[in-house]
Amino acid sequence: MGEAIKNRYEFVVLFDVENGNPNGDPDAGNLPRIDPESGYGIVTDVCLKRKIRNYVETVKEDAEGYKIYIKEDVPLNRSDNTAYEYLNTNEKDVKELKKKDPDVDRKIRDFMCKNFFDIRTFGAVMTTFVKAALNCGQVRGPVQLGFARSIDPIISQEVTITRVAITTEKDAENKSTEMGRKNIVPYALYRAEGYISANLARKVTGFSEEDLELLWDAIINMFEIDHSAARGKMAVRELIVFRHSKELGDCPAYKLFDAIEVKKREDVLYPRQYKDYSVTIHEDQVPDSVEISRKI
Amino acid sequence: MSHGVKVRVWGELALFSRPEMKVERCSYDVMTPSAARGILEAIYWHPGLRWVIDKIHVRKPIRFTSVRRNEVKSKVLASNVLQVMNGGDKPLYISSKEEIVQRAAILLREVEYVIEAHFEMTEQANGSDNPGKFKDIIMRRLRKGECYHMPYLGCREFPANFALWEDEKIDTAYPGEVKDLGYMLYDFDYSNPEEIQPMFFRAELRDGVLDIRDCEVVR
Repeated sequence: MGEAIKNRYEFVVLFDVENGNPNGDPDAGNLPRIDPESGYGIVTDVCLKRKIRNYVETVKEDAEGYKIYIKEDVPLNRSDNTAYEYLNTNEKDVKELKKKDPDVDRKIRDFMCKNFFDIRTFGAVMTTFVKAALNCGQVRGPVQLGFARSIDPIISQEVTITRVAITTEKDAENKSTEMGRKNIVPYALYRAEGYISANLARKVTGFSEEDLELLWDAIINMFEIDHSAARGKMAVRELIVFRHSKELGDCPAYKLFDAIEVKKREDVLYPRQYKDYSVTIHEDQVPDSVEISRKI
Repeated sequence: MSHGVKVRVWGELALFSRPEMKVERCSYDVMTPSAARGILEAIYWHPGLRWVIDKIHVRKPIRFTSVRRNEVKSKVLASNVLQVMNGGDKPLYISSKEEIVQRAAILLREVEYVIEAHFEMTEQANGSDNPGKFKDIIMRRLRKGECYHMPYLGCREFPANFALWEDEKIDTAYPGEVKDLGYMLYDFDYSNPEEIQPMFFRAELRDGVLDIRDCEVVR
């Protein structure tokens, strides 16, 4: 595995949805998430992280060092277990071990970071290690994502559908079709913003340049392997990356984000396609030492 | 206070969880001193210094919103671990089927604060460390927007923009008002790592300012 990254990064992702539901709101009967005051659409950070994890899992197929911790079907502690196995110990002996080896918590943490891409990237809470005052409980990953928000207020449209196959025998006697509902956003462009701390990469998780490339790949392709009846047509349209010249960064993140202006074109009343928006990068607002790249 | 700084922090959303409502998280009305300390530490920290929060100025009206998300519930019992331990090298994951629950969070929206704080030197400072040096570093980072990692407003998904506050006067959203916010988390006492203790204080927002100097701390 390569060396940890040495530069701070910020990034902006623009993705759109056509006739689909990018992120359902469990509080609102799976309607697309919406900010109730302003009508802007929301996609949560965890929703996007899930897609990144899924992409990496699909591409790497659990290759050495690219395992994914948070997926389906197997209890969490089995993973913690390999760390214990690796150290040739178990939970009960940990206290004893701690006396002999004061660095044991750091070793467990490093083991988890080395093996799991998502822990290296986003961090993890490994509470099960907290016992016996082991202190690798919480790992903060270098990559931090905020909620994505739509550029313009969205409307969600309810589409009623029917199906001819009836679920139960009893219902089949009385009716020949069943009704269902789908909630879709006809079109929306979303903007997500992210941060990568080189310090956390270097001091904690060892997130490397290769990992970074994989992360960009994952972001660009995160919807390509996530097609489903609910999602409609989703695609990442822009991934704009700011690379600072230093580990600590060259300028405040908000200045970089402000330099990217995404606007609905003036003659467009109802945006229905990506072409209805214009994306401008005001390079004059970005210090020379910060390198801007458009990854798509 | 020569070691004092004023930092403006703002963001779209914030969640300073109340410990009594942490399963379905509900935010305090304003930022807690411990969250403010966390923000400053994200910008600059060194074992040789300790941040002390003096005042928190609330510059935007307190407003709430809610978001429900799928979250991972909890860890599995230790007894289960032992059983699995003999299972050997199997694929490893968190089980979404059993471990995921839906939880609502009540968030603050459109927040802006000015944190007034100062630092004190600790025993772990090196011989070459001095308050002037630390002060220079923190001022440079604030001016240039440098940080160790991006600070956040309670949770990492709510990033905090930050900048040095240079004006003498700080206007708030609640001039002339006194709001009793009840007991709030002050910070944790980490002096005994085996038993970390929360500390609380009686929070009063006077003219939009939470004054934490000389407040009585209860455990």
